Order: sequence, then C-alpha cells, then structure tokens
Amino acid sequence: MSSNLATESTVAGAIGQSPKRIEDDRFIRGKGNYVDDVQLPGMLFMAIYRSPFAHATINSIDCSRALAMPGVLACITGKDLEAHKLAWMPTLAGDTQAVLATDKVRFQGQEVVAIIAKSQAQAVDAIEGIDVDYDPLPVVVDPKRALEADAPVIRSDLEGKTDNHIFTWESGDADATDRAFRDADIVISLDTLYPRIHPAPMETCGCVSDYNKATGKMTVHLTSQAPHAHRTLFALVAGLPEHKIRIISPDVGGGFGNKVPIYPGYVVATAASLLIGKPVKWIESRSENLISTGFARDYHMSGELAATKDGKMLGLRANVLADHGAFNAQAAPTKWPAGFFNIATGSYDLPAAYCKVEGVYTNKAPGGVAYRCSFRVTEAAYLIERLVDNLAHKTGIDAAELRKLNFIQPEQFPYRSPMGWEYDSGDYDKAMDIALELVEYKALRKEQAEKRERGEVMGIGFSSFTEIVGAGMSKICDIAGLAMIDSAELRIHPTGKGVLKLGVQSQGQGHETTFAQIVASELGIPSTDIVVEHGDTDHTPYGLGTYASRSTPTGGAATAIVARKLREKGRQIAAHMLECAPDDLEFDSGTFSVKGSPDRTKTIQECIFKAYQPELPEGMENGFEDVTYYDAPEMTYPFGTYICVVDVDKGTGEVKVRKFVAVDDCGTRINPMIVDGQIHGGLTQGFGTAMMELISFDEDGNCFGSNFMDYLIPTAVESPHWTLGECTTPSPHHPIGAKGIGESPTVGSPQAFVNAVVDALTPFGITNIDMPLSSHKVWKALRDAGVSDD
Amino acid sequence: MIPSSFEYVAPTSVEEAVKALVAGDGDAKVISGGQSLLPMMKLRLASPGTLVDINGIAGLDTLEEADGMLRIGALVRHGDLERSALIAERYPIILDAAQHIADPLIRNRGTFCGSVAHGDPAGDWATVAATLDAQLHAVGPKGAVTHSARDFQTSMFETQLGTDQILVEARIPCPKPGQGSAYLKIERKVGDYAAAAVGVMVVLAGDTITEASIGLTNVGPLTIHASAAAASLIGKSIGDAAALEEAGRLAMEASDPASDLRGPADYKKDLVRVLTKRALRKAGARAQGQEA
Ligand SMILES: Cc1cc2nc3c(=O)[nH]c(=O)nc-3n(C[C@H](O)[C@H](O)[C@H](O)COP(=O)(O)OP(=O)(O)OC[C@H]3O[C@@H](n4cnc5c(N)ncnc54)[C@H](O)[C@@H]3O)c2cc1C
Repeated sequence: MSSNLATESTVAGAIGQSPKRIEDDRFIRGKGNYVDDVQLPGMLFMAIYRSPFAHATINSIDCSRALAMPGVLACITGKDLEAHKLAWMPTLAGDTQAVLATDKVRFQGQEVVAIIAKSQAQAVDAIEGIDVDYDPLPVVVDPKRALEADAPVIRSDLEGKTDNHIFTWESGDADATDRAFRDADIVISLDTLYPRIHPAPMETCGCVSDYNKATGKMTVHLTSQAPHAHRTLFALVAGLPEHKIRIISPDVGGGFGNKVPIYPGYVVATAASLLIGKPVKWIESRSENLISTGFARDYHMSGELAATKDGKMLGLRANVLADHGAFNAQAAPTKWPAGFFNIATGSYDLPAAYCKVEGVYTNKAPGGVAYRCSFRVTEAAYLIERLVDNLAHKTGIDAAELRKLNFIQPEQFPYRSPMGWEYDSGDYDKAMDIALELVEYKALRKEQAEKRERGEVMGIGFSSFTEIVGAGMSKICDIAGLAMIDSAELRIHPTGKGVLKLGVQSQGQGHETTFAQIVASELGIPSTDIVVEHGDTDHTPYGLGTYASRSTPTGGAATAIVARKLREKGRQIAAHMLECAPDDLEFDSGTFSVKGSPDRTKTIQECIFKAYQPELPEGMENGFEDVTYYDAPEMTYPFGTYICVVDVDKGTGEVKVRKFVAVDDCGTRINPMIVDGQIHGGLTQGFGTAMMELISFDEDGNCFGSNFMDYLIPTAVESPHWTLGECTTPSPHHPIGAKGIGESPTVGSPQAFVNAVVDALTPFGITNIDMPLSSHKVWKALRDAGVSDD
Repeated sequence: MIPSSFEYVAPTSVEEAVKALVAGDGDAKVISGGQSLLPMMKLRLASPGTLVDINGIAGLDTLEEADGMLRIGALVRHGDLERSALIAERYPIILDAAQHIADPLIRNRGTFCGSVAHGDPAGDWATVAATLDAQLHAVGPKGAVTHSARDFQTSMFETQLGTDQILVEARIPCPKPGQGSAYLKIERKVGDYAAAAVGVMVVLAGDTITEASIGLTNVGPLTIHASAAAASLIGKSIGDAAALEEAGRLAMEASDPASDLRGPADYKKDLVRVLTKRALRKAGARAQGQEA
C-alpha cells in the first residue's frame, strides 16, 4: 500500500472514525422510500393465487368468479404468458422456473394466477374467486427419497428428465484424502442437516412496473440487491431493449440474499404493465415471502475428519445432499453449483480434503440463496467447526488448544488450501487469544468442572471460522456471463462537494456513510460533503450488486481507486498552481504541500475549483470526475473466533446463552460503529438459525413456517448480550485493506451455539443435535441419554 | 394479509353494543384488544360481517378489589395488569402470566376478558382464571349472566358466551391468608404461546397445604383444571418432594397435548410434570413470604 495509507487521514469522517449513519436521519423520521411507498397515477394492483398442493396436475383454471368481483380487471394464467413466451424464465443457476404454472404445480405456494385489480384489497379478495381443478400427484419431500429410482419425477417439463438429480459437483483430491484417512488414528464422523431457513427481511419482495407506451420505456421500482444485473436479466428474459429498461431500487428493507433472484411476481407485474400500459404494483405478503421466495441452506451433510491421536488434523471428507426445491434457483456465481462449499477446510492447515455435493429437486419452494453469507460458506464453516469440536471431545484435547495446533500460521499466507483457494491473509492465533482473554476461559472451564460435580449442565463452544467473500475475480466468477466486477463514479462540483455513484446497492448496510468515508480519506474532503447514490440504473455505473459481503471488497475498492485518480488530477493542478513538479508534493488529509516548504500549500478544494476554471495544465480537461470498474484480483478472507457459553435446564431442555464473545478480523474497519452494528445483527441472525428458525414440511409438502408465529426469529428480548473484540489484519491486495464484514457473524456463529450445547451434553455421551436447538430437541437428547430433571 | 370487508360500529354503552350484536344475528363480533381477532381476520380464518368495538364504552376499565373480589373490567389490558401495584403485591400468578403473554406491544392492547372470551386453550388468562376460580360476568339481550371460569370453555374457540353476549368483567376471590400462587410458562421466544404452562395456587397452614388449585395451558383442546392433581396435595407438606412429584404426575395425566412445532406430545407432558413441581415450590415459597 502507498504511504498515503487512507487510515491515516485526519479529515472529518475519514476511515477509522465512526460518524453516525447519514441514512438514519430519514429512516428514523419515517421518511424512507420503499417500493410499497411508490404511488403512481392510475396505478393498478396485482395479487397472486398460489397452489395449495405441493405436487398436482392442473386440469383447468376457471377465473370467471374472480373476474366478476368488484374492481377486477384481468386474471393472467400461465397459458396467457405462454403466448408471449413468458410462462417460463431462466434462473441464475441455469435452470428454468415456471412464472405461472401451466402443466402442473411443483410446490405449495407456487404462482398459478395473477389478478389485476383497481385496489390491492380488491385484488386480494379475488383470490377466493379462482377455481383450479387439480389432480394431486405423489409428493417428494425428502431429498434422499428424491434420488430413489421409483421417485416421482418433479421436472417432467425438462426433456428426457427421468430422475430428480440436478448436479454432482466435486472438489479436492479424493485419493490423497483416502490416503490421509488410512493413516489416521482417529476419524470423527458427523451426519448433520443444516436446515432450511429463510432470510425473512423486514420488507417483503415486490415491484411497481411502469410501462410508458409513448416512450417505450419500462421503469421497474424493484426490491433488488442487484439492480444493474436485474436490468440485464430483464432484457434477456422479457426481450425488452436494455436501454429502455430502468430499474430503480429505492430504500431496501433488508435483503440478506432474499432479493438477489428474480421472482415470478416481478415478471408477471412487468408483463401486465406492458400489456395494459398502466403502472402495476405487486407487494407480497409475509406468508408469500416465507413460503415462496428464496430459502437458504437445506444441506444434508456427512463430514469426516481424520486426525492423529495427538490432534493433528490430516484430512477432511464431505458428502452433501443439497435440497434445491422444485426449480434450481440457487443464487451463486454461475459456474459454482455448490457455491464456495470447498472452503470447508476453514482455518486449518489440512493436508488433504475432498468434497462432493449432489443437488436434487424436491416438491418445495425453490431457492438456495446465500442468506447473509458468501455462497454456501455458512454450511461449510458449520461442518468443519462442528467436526473440530467433536474431535476435541474425542481426543480430550482442549477445544482451543486443538484449534491452535492446526491453525494456518501467519507466515503461510498467501496460503493455498487443499481444495484450491488462495487465502490472502490471516492471524488466527491472535483472534483466538483475544477471545480467550475476553471470555475468561480458564475461569469458565473451572466453573464448568465444579458445576458438573453438582449435576448442573454448562457448556462452552467455539467457532474459529474463515470466510471467503468479495466475489470477485471475473476469471472464475460470473453471473449469467456477466463478470462480477463493480464500480464507482465520483464527481466533485466546483465548490468541493460532490456525489459518489455506486453499482452496489445498500439494503441497510450503511453505504451512504461508509463509502463517503473512503472518499474522505482518499481525497481529503469531509465525508459529509459527499452524497452517495445507488439503486437507479439510469444514473449509476454498472455493477453486480450487494451480497456475499462484496460491496466493500469490490465497490469499496472502486471508490478508493476513483478517488485516487482524482487525487492525482488534484496533484497535477496543485503543482501547476504552486509551480513545482507533481512529485515534489506531499498529500495529507486534503492538503498538498511542497516537500521542504510546508507553507506552500493548496487544499484539494482549491484544486477542485481550479478544475472548473481556465488555464489548467497543458492538455488537461476541465471538470473533476472519473469512473472506475474494479475486478478483484483475489477474494478476501475475513476470519474470527467466537466463544459461546450456555447453561442448559435439565427439566425443560431450555438453553440459556449466558455469554458470547465475538472477535472479528475484517481487515481495515472503515466505520467501527457500523462494523459493530453489522456484527450485532449477524450474530442475532446466527442465534436465530441455531436456536429457532426452521422451514419444515409435512409428508404432503405442506409448509410449516408461513408466518412469524411459526417461523421464529429472535427479538431483542431473547437475544444474548454480545461482547465484541477485534483484531486487524489488512487484506494485502485490497486498496484500503478491507475484507468485508456483513456476513462473518452469520457464517461464524451458529456452530458456536451448537458446539456449546454439545459441550454441555458431552458427559452424557451426546455428540450432536441438529439445528434449531429447540428445547424439545435438547430435552429429548437428555431423556434418551437417561438424564432426569433433578 | 388483508381481511375481507366488514362493517364497523363503535357503541358507547353496553346496551347499544348488545343491540348491535343482536342486529348482527350471529355474524357480528365484539372487538376489544383485537390481538386475536384481527390476526385471524387477516389470515381469513375469521370473516365477521360486523365488528362491534367496545373500546369507547366508559367504565369497563375497572381494576380494583371490592367486596372480597378482584374486579377486572373488559377493557383492562394485559399491560395494565403487568404494571399494577395491586397485582404485584397480591396476585403473583397474574403478574407472572402478564409478563409472559405475547410481547409488550400486544400487551398494551390485548385484554384479560377478550382473551378468556376467545376460548383458546393456548390463552394464559383462561388458565389463570380457572386456577383462581374466577366468575365471569356477561351481559346479553336478556340481561346479566355469570359463568364459572372452570367450565367456561366448551371446545376449541367456543365458550358458554352467546354470540349476543358481552363479557363485561371477571371477578377473582381476594387471596386468603397463607395463599401463594405462581404461573410458569415455557415459550420458544417472546410473543409465542406456551409449549406448556402451569398455574398454581396453594393455601398453607404452616407447611401444610389446605387448599390447592392447578391449571394447565395449551396441553389439550381445552383449558385444563387439574383437580385430581390439586386434590392429591391436600394435607401434604409443601416440602414433601414425593407429594409434589405425585401432583406433577397427576397433572401430566390430566393433560392431553398434541404434537406440533412446539414439540412432541411426550415433551409437553413432561413439561407439565416439571413445571407443576416447580410452580408448587414457587407458590409455596411465596405463601411463606420467602420469595416475591
Ligand atoms: C403475536 C401474538 C402473540 C400472542 N401471544 C399470546 C400468549 O402468549 N398468550 C396469550 O394468552 N395470548 C397471546 N396472544 C393473544 C392476545 O393475548 C390477545 O390479546 C387475547 O387473546 C385476546 O384479547 P383481545 O382483547 O385482543 O381480544 P380480541 O382479539 O378483540 O377478541 C378475541 C375474541 O374474543 C371476543 N371478545 C373480545 N372481547 C370480548 C368481550 N368483552 N366480550 C365478548 N367477546 C369478546 C372477540 O369477539 C373475539 O372472538 C397473542 C397474540 C398475538 C398477536
């Protein structure tokens, strides 16, 4: 990195300071602008009739009762869409998905008929007026059953398809791994399900599609984490010319991966607006969001860890059955059917590793989105960290010691993992040591021993995770052929205040604050002098959007680079005005000064004003703006150690999280307060995953979890207190050394909770409980092990 | 999540409200806190033709002791009970329950009487009312009627209340000397209904139990008054672990839970056993002034 290390700037709002979030002014005052706030003259409303069955042939659809209801203008079926070649759409994973069902329905909640009415209430009322004649078909809920030879074929629409298999994906060296297992003293095996959960953002999905017949322009106000990519996909799916499509993603009320895919509702509402020539609003209800939009996880994992009796890890083997639901709508870079699951060796220097993932269709909602994680990294981190804790129990080696024995060492970076990733940097022992001290580890183990004597149940669980984020790297990552780059355009007005336009899209991460801070550091103007804009494809440069913790690694890098380009322009102008060579100037916190004569200075604001005046340096154009597209050379690898302490009630199975320490290393911290906020939020979601969240089904494919009474997410009342620690190992290849923080806590925390509970129950011979750790599951494990309540 | 359309009336007296119910001819519903009725309407599990809003009727918010009874008017909210000094001092079982019903927002709207009238075996107040032997005072077109809380619920979401009757007040006997009570509830998170909950009331003479009552929440199609379990305790010492265990076992036998997302039936039954013992210990300690 250059000597102008951004973190050294003293300008107001520079990197390392914690100014309050600019965007919160409007959110706190109720002045946010979400898609459902968009009101257009003549706007119509759409509601969707959905399948009550998980698998059934559609014999006929009768909309006559609905059409006779007040305010109803049209009912659109799959047949109607077929006429426009829109009954099916491509998914990000290269599959096709029904927009409105034509031949049969494949999951409960699938879209069958769209109703257009004058008001939202009228559209919703008319759902009861749709009559569909179905012939129920046998249902496949269990992914293992899906692979059996006599299982009903769900995707009979795919030509020649005779089974429910989607893909098989392998990584690593199977032979070397077999050899490692042959040499091992100990093999730890774990069969575990990372259950199906849902991102459940506060704002559900929806759109307002507004086709202007006169100009031929389609404007779509969309709940989108990736407006530019969605514009291109709209062009490809709907056949609209891309310059006549404008996607506006206003304030987004949480995404967490849920707003990466394109949903049938968007497509139908857009088609309806195109045909009718009026704006059409579609906002899904909470139940619709939970039962039909992108779920996450649902990985049935079998993991094995080979080690010597002294705890040296030798190899990892993982076999996964991935339940993708009725259509393969996983959101991941196109060439990565199981995402980056092969990061599964985590923080450990494992000589050999191999994994195999098989994807299958079942009669469940499609998805497999990266819920607050880089693609399938949560599942991978969970597996290795659960195995490591079980190895600790098996060998009797302390869980912290065992990890330290196997950590990749600082001098090994850049480190090539056995499944092919090149880790940029890390200092795992350091994060562990900070965490051990914060949690007062020695005293805790002593307390645990005393409690066990008294028959009380207490556990301590670890997670020393490594993430892989910032996709990133167009040489290996694309979405539908689009390189996963991102961009920043910076324009400073004559008086030194300006606007930064981004290709990434905030859903609450605080981009309007943090990206202005990067400019403050790099260009030396206060962060409040920069307005950050995003989310309007007509007015921002192209980018692939925000998910996979990629905004700071890609868009943040682009921002730093574009600011540096302008700083160089400023340097040329300053040198011109000070009549010295550009190289003779030093830059510090917004001021150029001549080396050796510190009183000869020009501020960046003076240089900017000059840029709009006559008599610039020879050959220089007026204006002070530039744009950068950034293609990351490598991923970034945030890491950390989390320690969780629990008490378990033997009578009721209730788990109380007493203490939770999280030490994160995300490289440079732009706004430490926002980083802490991201960690708090992510830990709470990880807590929800570990303790209560679950989308489950009965054998007929009926979905349990269609509202917040059934799909539980934690509130402030039950969430533990989080104790944070930090450690900073800057990324060597990122312009400001930042790695991304949005997802570390959701990736890193679930296994810490589970490890703590399993640690508590180890004396009773219990080695695993699958998430969520509901009281009744813990109770059952205790009673099955013969433990009574007193 | 939009209800079907409905008529709305907001009478200012009980008589007017009753008239509106009679005019509705079985298709009108009282709305008090709306915290059970509105979710059901939004999910379209209920589509009443008319809502009769009783929130504008004066005098229904009584919360006081009079003539040996605690009077809880139809518009007393869960939050009023949670914050009442009288309740905190004299009715620990009510305070326990109030702190664990739904979440703080819902507690600011939902009413004790509305909850009992709802006839939901998952409702915490129906159990408290049964445990404390409450009388439920209703008014209909033919005048006032009184029901006993112990046999008020007739089936899931059905009570003895006619569709043209309004529950105006619940009356609970004031505590006797030596009385202690407690309510213990296992919920998956704040805002959840009970996986199982147990309400207990005991009256002690020294260590000896002279009166006992046990109510169970959400472990059967009806709110359960576990009378055999309670009867088994009479004459026993509150410190007699075997007696408490036996009461727990009998309470468990009185329960008939269904397996669902809150857990399998055998788990819920075991919770009844464990919670009954714990609630008895807690109520006993309170009766003896050893615990708030
Ligand atoms: C998210 C959530 C969580 C909840 N958790 C719990 C919980 O843990 N425990 C619990 O006990 N409850 C819970 N509830 C329910 C809540 O306590 C309700 O407030 C209560 O059940 C009903 O009271 P209400 O005043 O809101 O009645 P309303 O919703 O207004 O009415 C309920 C029913 O009773 C009838 N009714 C109401 N008042 C009268 C009256 N005075 N006379 C005659 N009929 C009447 C109505 O017609 C309707 O049929 C929860 C509710 C929600 C939304």
